[in-house]
Amino acid sequence: MPPLLFYFFALITLGFGFLVVTGRNPVTCALALAASFVGLAALFLSLDAYFIGVIQILVYAGAVMVLFLFIIMLLDIKTEEGKKLNLPAIVSGVLLASLLTLQIIAVVGSTELAQKTSENTPLALADAAGKIGKAALPTITNDLKAGELPDAKLIGFTLFDQYGFHLQVIGLLLLVGTIGVVVLSKRERSAP
Amino acid sequence: MITLGHYLVVSGMLFSLGLAGVIARRNIIIVYMCLEMMLSAANLALVGFSRFHLVHGLPDYTAQSLVFFTITVAAAEVAVGLAIIVALFRSKQSVDVESVTKLQG
Repeated sequence: MPPLLFYFFALITLGFGFLVVTGRNPVTCALALAASFVGLAALFLSLDAYFIGVIQILVYAGAVMVLFLFIIMLLDIKTEEGKKLNLPAIVSGVLLASLLTLQIIAVVGSTELAQKTSENTPLALADAAGKIGKAALPTITNDLKAGELPDAKLIGFTLFDQYGFHLQVIGLLLLVGTIGVVVLSKRERSAP
Repeated sequence: MITLGHYLVVSGMLFSLGLAGVIARRNIIIVYMCLEMMLSAANLALVGFSRFHLVHGLPDYTAQSLVFFTITVAAAEVAVGLAIIVALFRSKQSVDVESVTKLQG
């Protein structure tokens, strides 16, 4: 990815993220969060993680944001104007966040690992076709030999080959979550 | 030239923004949005490490599987969290975090 595009999408992600934290109107915050997630998805795409980028847009910018907007409009939450800001919380928040940022910049600046670029660690697709092992499906090796990165196929292969049990636990979690939401949002009958 | 460090710094800054929001904001829905931002920032760091840690010349797909699980759990968490917020709004008529003081001694 050209450096200019990286800075552009990083600016979108962080700028709209800042708007989420500072905005007074919840609807503005929700839309800014959606825009921030679209920028983040572009960063995922720039890291050759196409599947993750697509589900970032589908799940976060799509489903989760619709849920947020739905609740904001259902509860009819007004802009919090006229309320005084709680200064101690804001000061401590800004202080902690800037400390954390400085710490991360210091750690990243002092490691060799952070110097890797996509030029000095290139993907070796044709090589990988031979090395990936006999277990790989022919559809994956054919794509690799053709010089394409079968991103979704490889994630699916990893998930079902190594993390099948974890996938089932996640399915159970979603079921429990659904039941929990139904139970929570059921209006309690008034006692007779 | 864009290095792994650039992605990690963007991820760290996004996480810090979310942290500042969680600490400073009082609207519980916006606190939730900031939590989502922090989860996404962690995802960005994971995907960055995945791309630059090559296994047989391919990105490390274990990290991307973890991101997949994180996104799923975050979606479930948002659904349950928003149901809790609706239940809270019914009893308090407010989404201010300072209106919930029942556990305070």
